[in-house]
Amino acid sequence: MTKKPRILVVDDEASMREALYDWLKEDGYEVGLAESGKDAIAIAMEKSWDVILLDLKMPGMDGLETLRQLKGKTVETDAEILMMTAYATVDTAVQAMKEGAFDYLVKPFAPDEIEMQIKKIITHRELVLENILLRQKLEERSEYDEIIGKSDAMQEIYDLISQVAPTDSTVLITGESGTGKELIAQAIHGNSLRCYMPFIAVSCGALPDSLLESELFGYEKGAFTGAEHTKKGRFELADRGTLFLDEIGDISLKTQVDLLRVLQHKEFRRLGGQEEIKVDVRILAATNRDLKKAISESKFREDLFYRLNVISIHVPPLRDRKDDIPLLVKAFIHRYCLEMNKELVKIAPSALKLLIDYDWPGNVRELENVIERALVIGRGKEIVTDDLPFSRKEVESAEMPKSLKLMEKMHIKRILEETDWNISKTARLLEVDRQTLYNKIEKYKIEKEA
Amino acid sequence: MSDSVTICSVGLVDQGILEHIAKCISTRCGLTCRISFSMENPRYAYNDIRCQYDSKLILKHLLQQSSHDTLRLIGVTSVDLYVPILKFVFGLAQIQGKCSIISLYRLWPQFYDQPSDPDLLLARVEKTALHELGHTFGMTHCRNRRCVMYSSTRIEDTDYKHSEFCPTCFELFQWFLEKSLPKSR
Repeated sequence: MTKKPRILVVDDEASMREALYDWLKEDGYEVGLAESGKDAIAIAMEKSWDVILLDLKMPGMDGLETLRQLKGKTVETDAEILMMTAYATVDTAVQAMKEGAFDYLVKPFAPDEIEMQIKKIITHRELVLENILLRQKLEERSEYDEIIGKSDAMQEIYDLISQVAPTDSTVLITGESGTGKELIAQAIHGNSLRCYMPFIAVSCGALPDSLLESELFGYEKGAFTGAEHTKKGRFELADRGTLFLDEIGDISLKTQVDLLRVLQHKEFRRLGGQEEIKVDVRILAATNRDLKKAISESKFREDLFYRLNVISIHVPPLRDRKDDIPLLVKAFIHRYCLEMNKELVKIAPSALKLLIDYDWPGNVRELENVIERALVIGRGKEIVTDDLPFSRKEVESAEMPKSLKLMEKMHIKRILEETDWNISKTARLLEVDRQTLYNKIEKYKIEKEA
Repeated sequence: MSDSVTICSVGLVDQGILEHIAKCISTRCGLTCRISFSMENPRYAYNDIRCQYDSKLILKHLLQQSSHDTLRLIGVTSVDLYVPILKFVFGLAQIQGKCSIISLYRLWPQFYDQPSDPDLLLARVEKTALHELGHTFGMTHCRNRRCVMYSSTRIEDTDYKHSEFCPTCFELFQWFLEKSLPKSR
C-alpha cells in the first residue's frame, strides 16, 4: 500500500477520539474522527477507509447498529471494523464479530495491542489487494503482451513460461540474436509474484569487464578514481525483483566467479566495500552462444552453467517458425503505423510471400526493421515488393536445394545467365573446361530461357 | 525564537538525567540545550480512578509555561503517564508542535522487577527523549526496528532500538530541523 492507510475513529468521548488521533498520527496514518454512528455513516459514504475503530457504547445509534449500517444496510464499506469496548460489553463485542467486525479491543488498550491489530488489518488488506491485482494482471497477460506467435514452437514456450513464472527458479534462455529472448524474460517476470518489483536488465556483452563488475555490484565512494559517490549495483536495484543477464556467454571468467558467488550465497560486496549485502533476486540469463561448447573450450565455468541452467527455454529462429511471419508482419505494421501516425497500410500478397520465403538470419528483429523501413519509404496504401530491401535473387539463394546435383544444375544455370550463355566465360568462372561444361548442360538438360 | 531545546523536570527528577538528555540531544542533533527551572508535581493531571497522570493535560500545561525563545521544550517526569484510550505511554509529543513529555516511570528496570541499572535507565531515557523530540519536528514512526523513531509499545522495543535515527530518518530530521530553525541562523 503506497498511500497512507486511512483510519476512521468513531467514539462519542472527545478525549478518546483525541488520544487515538494523536497516537495514530504518530504512526503516519490518515485519521478521520466521528462522534456518533450517524456521523460515521455519513463520513464512510463520502470517503473510503481501511480501518474503522468503532466504539460499542454510544448514545443514539450504538456501535452494533452502526456496524450493521456500515456493513451493508446503508453503506457497504470494505473497511475492516475494529470494535472498542469496556469490560462490561465484551459479549456484545463478540456478537459484533459474528456480524462482520474484524476483532475487538477492550478499553483502555495496551499500546502494543492496538498497534498489532491495526498492522494485522493493513497487512491483510495489502495481501488481498495484491491478490486481486495479480489475478487481474495474469488474466490480462494471458497472451504475454509483447510476444507474438501462434506456431507450435511458440505455444510450447508459452506453456513453459506459465510453468516457470511463479517459481523462483533461475532460467537460461537460449536462441539466436534477434529471436526475442528479453521479451521472454519480461514475460516470466511479468507473470511472477515479483511482477510489482523491478525488472532490471544488464547487457553483459556490451560492457567491458571492469565496468560490468561495477554495474552489477555497485561501488563505494572512493573505490576507484572517479568513484565520487557510493552507487548501488544492478543486484541491489533488482532486490525482490528480477535481474536479467543478457549475453551471459560473453562475460569474463573473473566475473563468472563473482556471479557464481552471488548465486550461491545471495550476498555480495560493493566494489571497495566491506559490508556483505544480502539480496533477494531472481536471475534470468540469456545467450546466443553454445555454452556447452564454451565449457569444453574452458571459456565458461561448468558450475555457473548448471546454476543458470536450472530451467532452459530455447527460442527457435524465425526460419523455423515461418507460420508466425504473417502475424508478426501484421503486428509490426500496426505498431509502426501508430508510432508514425500513419493510416494503417496493408501488405501485398507478393510482398508477404517474399517475406515468408526469406531466411531471416537476423530473426524477428530483422523482420521488424524491414517492416519499419518499408513503412518509411513506402508511399502507397500497401507494402509492395519494391519496398523490401532484399532482392529476389537473395530470396532464391536462400531457397537453395539440399540435393548436390540440383544445386550444381542451378549454379551452372545462374552463371550461364550471368554471362549471357557465353560458354568460355562460364567455364572459366566455374573452373572447368568447355567440354565438361557442355556435358553438364546436356546431363542436366539446361536450356536457355527465351 | 532561538535554536535551543529546553529540558525541564515536571516534579522531582534527578539532575543527572536531565543533563544526560541535554548532552545526547546536542550530540545527536547538533542543537544547543539548556536545563530550565523545575515545574511542580503535576497533581492537576492525576486521575484517581486510573492512579495515573493524563499526559495530555501535562502537555497543555507545558505549552502554557514555555517561553517564546525556546525551539522545543521537553518535560521529564517520574510519574506514570496515560492517554485516555491507552493503558500507559512512555511519552507524548505534539506532532509538529513545541512540547513533549517523557515519563521515567516505566523506564526504570525496577518497574519490570529487574535490579537497578543506571546505564540501562539512561539509555532508555535518551531513546525516549529523542523519539518524542522527533515527533515535535513532524516525524512519524519508522519501520526500521533499530531506528529511534520506531514505535515503542513495550520496553523491549525501546531496548532493541538504537539511540539514533536511521539514515533516512536522520535526513528527514535534518530537513524538518532546517525548516524549523530561525532564518537568521
